[in-house]
Amino acid sequence: MSRRIVILGGGTGGTLAANRLRRVCGADVEIIVVDRDDRHVYQPGLLFVPFGLAEPEEIVRSRRAQLHDGVDFRLAEVEHVDAPASTVHLAGGETIAYDVLVVASGAALLPEETEGLGGAGWGQEVFTFFELESATALAAALAELDRGRLVVNPVDMPIKCPVAPLEFCFLADWYLRERGVRDAVQITYVTSLDAAFTKPVASAHLAGLLAAKGIALETEFATGQVDGAQGRLVSYDDREVPFDLLVSIPLHGGPAHVGRSPGLGDELGFVATDPHTLQARVAPNVFALGDATNLPTSKAGSVTHFEGDTLVANIAHHLAGEPLEPSFDGHSNCFIETGFHKALLIDFNYDVEPLPGRFPEPHLGPLALLKESRMNHMAKLAFQWMYWHVLLPGRDLPGISPQLQLAGKDLSQLPTLQGGPR
Amino acid sequence: MTPETLEGTPVELDAEGFFLRPEQWTRDMADAIARENGIAELTDRHWTVIDFMRTTYLDTGSAPSIRSLGKLSGVPIKELYGLFPKGPAKLAAKIAGIPKPRGCI
Repeated sequence: MSRRIVILGGGTGGTLAANRLRRVCGADVEIIVVDRDDRHVYQPGLLFVPFGLAEPEEIVRSRRAQLHDGVDFRLAEVEHVDAPASTVHLAGGETIAYDVLVVASGAALLPEETEGLGGAGWGQEVFTFFELESATALAAALAELDRGRLVVNPVDMPIKCPVAPLEFCFLADWYLRERGVRDAVQITYVTSLDAAFTKPVASAHLAGLLAAKGIALETEFATGQVDGAQGRLVSYDDREVPFDLLVSIPLHGGPAHVGRSPGLGDELGFVATDPHTLQARVAPNVFALGDATNLPTSKAGSVTHFEGDTLVANIAHHLAGEPLEPSFDGHSNCFIETGFHKALLIDFNYDVEPLPGRFPEPHLGPLALLKESRMNHMAKLAFQWMYWHVLLPGRDLPGISPQLQLAGKDLSQLPTLQGGPR
Repeated sequence: MTPETLEGTPVELDAEGFFLRPEQWTRDMADAIARENGIAELTDRHWTVIDFMRTTYLDTGSAPSIRSLGKLSGVPIKELYGLFPKGPAKLAAKIAGIPKPRGCI
């Protein structure tokens, strides 16, 4: 009897899940990927667009073209999921029944949840680089910036790639120096957290990075209003930060269809998901991966890639009537561009915070953890090729385990007790 | 870790005064922690938030964010800042006897 796996989302998670499942499942399993458009954006490239280091057309490819033969691609908007009936309802009234559902629809930007954001000044003094159109427009605005106040503000967590706003500050510092106008532009990083880096060891190693680059830091700022007309951020406790150019990272929520699907999401619309098996709480035949989950780890492509192993194994277990493996450990691995052809690298999971050391080979590297190097920057650039040719096709990255490896890390700086993510 | 005594009971706190062992917390300790942090008296509205923080942490292992508090606790974000100045999620976590909420970097 044929069985059907439906995957919502043709981004990083949906694509690698579909391709891996196609490889391990027999011909009696049908795989359908549903997405509302056929534009797969390489999201790590969005950081480079505003600085002219990547062209918009370089980082977009067809979603359908990334899927192996034997995976069906359906261009449609999801209305909602009826989990008790194992059915996806599409806009327009069509339904798709499933044996297994994978929610991989990513996170949505919600500028409308912040008063004024997306209104006055949007596209003139207020931008985001978290979506391609605004990142492209921001490139033109940055090219003309030669004096004044540049403010970078992630409104609140969780956001995709939590280090990206900091990377933007570092690259802006470099870019404005290259243009010879850095002394006339004040850069301020405005965060809702109480520090730029909140994990103790990373904080001890990296706290001086902003000051060294002359970037001002405004902490515990909960943005309540973006006043584009007056050029100011206003916090809930009535503090103000003036700007001439604002780079805002809007609030994030789960995919809109999750909010319309009874029992599937949490209060922010992210899929309520078991942190170790990736099974959704709503029903045993629903799974989730990537930015769409509510897991207490980073929303990042590396996390999604590491989740792929657990997801595919557990869908196979579910189809065979076997118990699931609680094998996902929250592993995350992020490059942090610091400008001037250098980058940092951090490697961590649910329980072990970023530590100094070498990666991926213990003691050999060649990459250094929690330390700036040219090699890390080269690796970040090389990753774009790996993304399209290794990660999306569902192959393993050489030498990199889905689970965090402690070998090669300086464990003397542990342990810390953590109260979970913000 | 800083050994401390609250309401005559030894408790384990981190360097910033957050509980490392939530089970050592009692409701009587909350008033003392609040006073130390500039809140003269805990009202029923404070307790709505404190109880929500603590229950969520004990159920899920994670402290709720300000956004989650605003959506689920019954206290709007603007009021949260009135009740717990500067950082409601952080200060309420401290008074509720749970570990400090941390970002992921």
